[in-house]
Amino acid sequence: MWDYVKMAVFGVIAVLAAIAANYARDVAYLVHALIIMAVSAGMFVWVVRTADEKKVVDTSGYMDGVVRAGVIATAFWGVAGFLVGTFIAFQLAFPVLNFEWAEGYANFGRLRPLHTSAVIFAFGGNALIATSFYVVQRTSAARLWGGNAAWFVFWGFQLMIVLAATGYLLGATQSKEYAEPEWYVDIWLTIVWVVYLAVFLGTILKRKEKHIYVANWFYLSFIVTVALLHVVNNLSIPVSIFGSKSVQVFAGVQDAMTQWWYGHNAVGFFLTAGFLGMMYYFVPKQAERPVYSYKLSIIHFWALIFLYIWAGPHHLHYTALPDWASTLGMVFSIILWMPSWGGMINGLMTLSGAWDKLRTDPIIRMMVISIGFYGMSTFEGPMMSIRAVNSLSHYTDWTIGHVHSGALGWNGMITFGALYFLTPKLWNREGLYSLKLVDWHFWLATIGIVLYAASMWVSGITEGLLWREVDAQGFLVNSFADTVAAKYPLYVLRGLGGVMYLTGALIMCFNLWKTVSSVSAKSEATTAVPAE
Amino acid sequence: MTDKPTKKPGDVETTGHSWDGIEEFNNPLPRWWLWTFYATIFWGVLYTIAYPAWPLISGATPGVLGYSTRAEVAADITRFEELNAPIEAKLEAADLTAISADAELANYTQNAGAAVFKTWCAQCHGAGAAGVQGQGYPNLLDDDWLWGGSIEDIHLTISHGIRNEEDPDARYSEMPAFGELLAEEEIAGVVQYVRQISGQEADAALATAGETVFLDNCAACHADDGTGDRFQGAPNLTDAIWLYGGSVDDITYTVENARFGVMPSWTSRLSEAEIRAVAAYVHGLGGGE
Repeated sequence: MWDYVKMAVFGVIAVLAAIAANYARDVAYLVHALIIMAVSAGMFVWVVRTADEKKVVDTSGYMDGVVRAGVIATAFWGVAGFLVGTFIAFQLAFPVLNFEWAEGYANFGRLRPLHTSAVIFAFGGNALIATSFYVVQRTSAARLWGGNAAWFVFWGFQLMIVLAATGYLLGATQSKEYAEPEWYVDIWLTIVWVVYLAVFLGTILKRKEKHIYVANWFYLSFIVTVALLHVVNNLSIPVSIFGSKSVQVFAGVQDAMTQWWYGHNAVGFFLTAGFLGMMYYFVPKQAERPVYSYKLSIIHFWALIFLYIWAGPHHLHYTALPDWASTLGMVFSIILWMPSWGGMINGLMTLSGAWDKLRTDPIIRMMVISIGFYGMSTFEGPMMSIRAVNSLSHYTDWTIGHVHSGALGWNGMITFGALYFLTPKLWNREGLYSLKLVDWHFWLATIGIVLYAASMWVSGITEGLLWREVDAQGFLVNSFADTVAAKYPLYVLRGLGGVMYLTGALIMCFNLWKTVSSVSAKSEATTAVPAE
Repeated sequence: MTDKPTKKPGDVETTGHSWDGIEEFNNPLPRWWLWTFYATIFWGVLYTIAYPAWPLISGATPGVLGYSTRAEVAADITRFEELNAPIEAKLEAADLTAISADAELANYTQNAGAAVFKTWCAQCHGAGAAGVQGQGYPNLLDDDWLWGGSIEDIHLTISHGIRNEEDPDARYSEMPAFGELLAEEEIAGVVQYVRQISGQEADAALATAGETVFLDNCAACHADDGTGDRFQGAPNLTDAIWLYGGSVDDITYTVENARFGVMPSWTSRLSEAEIRAVAAYVHGLGGGE
């Protein structure tokens, strides 16, 4: 019976998508309608072919298939996102790479959102979904709630990524940073996200542990808040249901404020709270030590989620935003400093008594440097939110450097650590294929980040000082083109940092691939040996 | 289970919970952390009293310091406006040709003119004013002037622009597109003739035939000898400077389709003092007459 419902649903969607493709008013919409039509038709055929087969699903253990898929997707999108990032870094250094034949599709303006969305949502999002599914099962001692709903979340999320990415290249964007996808992609993500919340919350509700582990508080706050941010910031009215263009319901400074309330909390809840959830599970597991302080985890959790939500206006200093909102954004950002550092303290101090592992275990080293970059970015952020500092740093490469020390250092490294931890466990292997290669990855990535961040600090501060330089009579000293020319060597250096980071990630993919394909399966007898 | 974290001697008590082998110590909050947190909150309260911060029903608390970003910017602008007011008045009253002789005005127009140029002119003419040869952006450093290189001419060009629709006083002229007026071989001839008078390699036979075509069709604006006419903005065709390129293909394209370079009018965007300053600056770059 259930199969017939599915057939009907997929069939109807395929037909509606075909109709939409026929009436499409722009290329992006047409391509998206065709993608949806193809996917639904494929699903329809698949359901028809497998209908009435007996599907035997072993529901006794943890549901790890979807986590395995998530690990693969994370590694894949990571490499894709880093590759695009490295390419656009070189486009800035060498504008000739904005090829004339690809104008309108692969120039910097089109590829830049592709890069940011690929790394934040495709790489980071898949990492968060996969690890949250893994962690919530282990720490609740319960299988994922909702059966195949978890697979719907996984594939639904991948579809969202494909629609968003192709949309950017074809020019469908609402021009809101980190919220570029147009209205129908937003609606689809909302559906996927609500199911994600249901699966996660359902699993927590049926847990066999008495208390909810701290990692799950962070994951839950991430899922709930992102849902809220996504819905409010994407409130818009489509110009036509057969076109990709939509019009925002907010206008002017209200729209800007909504956007940066969203934008800053995408950083706060997606890239901070969600990844703290990751840290709170994988660091104590890999270090094999208890979490440093339960009390600190409670206090910093509540302080963090209460304070973060107010900090957005610091993105709009010295704009049409009223001064009072700007002041509040700055004050809350600075008060946020210690709550952010609570996570760093809990992560680093968990290693006390196990510091010797830094010498022997490159995965722990990766996690520690990740926490280090987290601490650095969460100090730098409040500092940059100070109005006077912001007057120098805003719109310069300093911001780009700040974002990347957080994204490459904190989000990237903790995700790599989690992937190295998960792969042998999920594929039941004795250990990783090569710790030596993890070491290579570690150093390439670390030096790459240092090159990236250092060049962008120098570039950003240079740029800020050149922009504001006026002579004694109040006249600007430098033209904009002068400031661009001054940054050229730093742009090349930044690109090289990207190459190193990308190379490290490719080495990781090779290592994980070999772990699955060449390392012998873990036998029952060897479980007594401590994990590497 | 070896997955279970190991406790070491001297560790504090854990909370007694265990999730997938993870336990939690009951360590107190680090003192320095807590006190720094309190200090930022305390500072935050003071700061919001001092600066505009808390939204009320019909406005927000203004802060006891009376700070405002808009007032700060306005004060900055006013300071420089007041500082420069006397010299700007002097500049506006001065005869254009007298600017370079007056040390004070010459110095001021150098700084002010450079700043205006970098902000408004560099996009087309380049930060160094060398233009882009072959792309239609004139070089302002050389002696080759389309509409005249005296300071009065430059001042007029900047004030009203060239071939724009916004300013009725803009300089205006329009070359016909000869693609529809001349036969293909006539165009081929005149192109070779133009190459010849500009000292480039040319087909002598075609050029001879092209001379008649030139005198009949082009000389009215570009003059019999091809040296152009500044009154109409008709370029000198006998030198090596090419606004849109001097190759056979480029000249052929220009003859067939004509060109229509546009420069905006600056009267509505810049003050008279700024226009005078940038005119003096451009005049002083090397090509001024």
